[in-house]
Amino acid sequence: MTALRRLGTSLAAPALAVVVALVITTLVIVLIGQNPLTALQVLVDFGDTPAQQTQAIVVILNRAVPLFLAGLAVSVAFRMGLFNIGVEGQYRMATVVAAGVGAAVVLPGPLHVLLIMVVAMAVGALWAGIVAVLKVTRGVSEVISSIMLNFIALGTASFLLTGPLRGSPEGASIITTERLPASAQFPALNGLFGALGLAQPRGQLFGFLLVAVVVGIVVSVLLKRTRFGFDLRATGLSPSAATASGIDARRMVVKTMLISGAIAGLIGLPDLLGRTYSFGTEFTAGLGFLGIAVALLGRNSPLGIAFAALLFAFLDRAAVPLQFADIPASVVTIIQGTIVLSVVIANEVSRQVTKRRAGRQSGQATPPAADATGPAGTRIDARQEAGA
Amino acid sequence: MTKAAALLLAGSLALAACASDEESSSASGGSGGSGGGEDLKIGLAFDTGGRGDQSFNDSAVAGVEAAIEELGGEVQELSPNDDASNRGELLTQLAEAGYNPVIAVGFNYDEVIAEVAPQFPDTTFAQVDGSNADGAKGDNVTGLLFAEEQGSFLAGVAAALKTETNNVGFVGGVESPLIEKFQAGFAAGAEAVNPDVEVQVQYLSPAGDFSGFGDPQKGKLVAQGMYQNGADIVFHAAGGSGEGVFEAAVEAGKRAIGVDSDQYLTAPADQQAVIMTSMLKRVDNAVQAFIKAYAEGEVEGATDVTNDLSTGGVGLSTSGGYIDDIADQIEEFEQQILDGEITVPTTP
Repeated sequence: MTALRRLGTSLAAPALAVVVALVITTLVIVLIGQNPLTALQVLVDFGDTPAQQTQAIVVILNRAVPLFLAGLAVSVAFRMGLFNIGVEGQYRMATVVAAGVGAAVVLPGPLHVLLIMVVAMAVGALWAGIVAVLKVTRGVSEVISSIMLNFIALGTASFLLTGPLRGSPEGASIITTERLPASAQFPALNGLFGALGLAQPRGQLFGFLLVAVVVGIVVSVLLKRTRFGFDLRATGLSPSAATASGIDARRMVVKTMLISGAIAGLIGLPDLLGRTYSFGTEFTAGLGFLGIAVALLGRNSPLGIAFAALLFAFLDRAAVPLQFADIPASVVTIIQGTIVLSVVIANEVSRQVTKRRAGRQSGQATPPAADATGPAGTRIDARQEAGA
Repeated sequence: MTKAAALLLAGSLALAACASDEESSSASGGSGGSGGGEDLKIGLAFDTGGRGDQSFNDSAVAGVEAAIEELGGEVQELSPNDDASNRGELLTQLAEAGYNPVIAVGFNYDEVIAEVAPQFPDTTFAQVDGSNADGAKGDNVTGLLFAEEQGSFLAGVAAALKTETNNVGFVGGVESPLIEKFQAGFAAGAEAVNPDVEVQVQYLSPAGDFSGFGDPQKGKLVAQGMYQNGADIVFHAAGGSGEGVFEAAVEAGKRAIGVDSDQYLTAPADQQAVIMTSMLKRVDNAVQAFIKAYAEGEVEGATDVTNDLSTGGVGLSTSGGYIDDIADQIEEFEQQILDGEITVPTTP
């Protein structure tokens, strides 16, 4: 009975969020004098020919891979009650260094790709490690230090790109690193479409999709099935209780930030190894910030984040066709924004409801289990104690 | 629990989307695939900032509209998403939908257009601010280039002639090779008039971070600093951030020089008083000329069309009449550039 009820509230929250988001978006589209039904139709219309349809799928998946990794990086820290806003800087630093190293060495295929991945993860972890060290030794809030480090990362990446790692000829309008050799390029997954009997899309499906899936599974197992994952979640739920039961909160902060940063280091690689083959001034920026939204929407669970990333990518794909239908592409951003906002609010409401119900039923007995998946944003005050 | 929630979320969205699918088939009018006779179907893909930037994206639109007025036809405009990760999609979808010519605005399309253009050999592409003289981007791409350094040189001349403190400033949006051309020309122009003039140079964001083109606050802050350091004229090549430079000029009671379009014409009255001149980069003319050439079947591809002083592609605006008294001297320098007596540097 209670389990059923609890399930009801947890499902009601996202459902409500989606309804609210749809209503608000509809209102906005009506307000700008367009037909909301047209917009919805564009969202689900993947094209006329089979090749166009598979291409739409490629676009969605290719967009979802970096978003998923970004969401995962943010969520690992979230679960522990750490707000890693520095994912943006971590992946930029990681990508530029990895691109530079990758272009400088000669190695056989798989090893070359592996080396680039290891370098990217190491740099991302190092950059995030600065935040962790500042927090455990000096008590600097990770929110402040990671934001500040974003600016430093932008400047440093720019210095590396225009200075030591510059590969593009003098005078070229886009500055890039040296192009990666063929051995460092991650093969595309387009064979998959042939194997499934689907039409070949025009673009390339990032082979890095496989890596993202593996990383997702590893993180999932790490969080749910290991001692470390238990410590991490316990510290996230109640730092004081965790410390009392013998968990070293400081060490946990450092470890968690290193893992978060290492995952963040991978964010730029789908693009780097699968499309651009170099880091340049026009390399996609902002994924780190999008990752925060994706993590919130996915409620910090790897599977949820996968869905959230796919949903974001699905909406992003519509940005171009919407404009063909004379609807501004900003509609997509509005939908994404309202969904995230609604989910956060709905989560909080359902948490309160569960809490009140639990309180009513059992007086001062066990705290509600629903807290385990509550939004990280609601525990900002609780985690202040963690690093102190 | 979380899994179920996420599933439901995705599911209900898809359901809602499907439900509306049938009803709305009549609602989508727009551009059918079949071309209506000889009418031009022009595809225009913007750079970040998109339409309404009061700068070169809008200038490109003006060029397309002028061409349509003259030749007839229609235009489909596409803006990239916020992080511009879908630039390639913009071009392919325009080409796939049968738009021809397809015009990409901005040097950021360099790599993308080189990927897309060869896939659509029957479509004619043009790239504003991108070179294709060597044909590396494909035989069907024309580069529309500008000699920004020449126009900026004249802006430097005007600034050096008008300064009373012997100190002028340059605010660049993003430290990139393109904006460095503005800086190089401006500094060279100012020094050509007066070798002792001090030129303060500052960029709003480093290479790779495009926030400098859309950050008026930062533009204002940097310009304020320059005015406090003794500059009395600041030239900006910072897109939307220029707004802040003008505000700083108004507050300091000093002057500023606009960029790309004649910014005097779109500025509020208080700023008109401080916008001494604007360095014009006639993207509109270049785009219009390209479309006209296309309509007349004269586009060769794998070439660059360079718009410089000799073609009127760059120059200074005179709105407001603030530089009328030095028009002769400016013209003198312009003539020297045209005659080849002065070669303006493109890198600082």
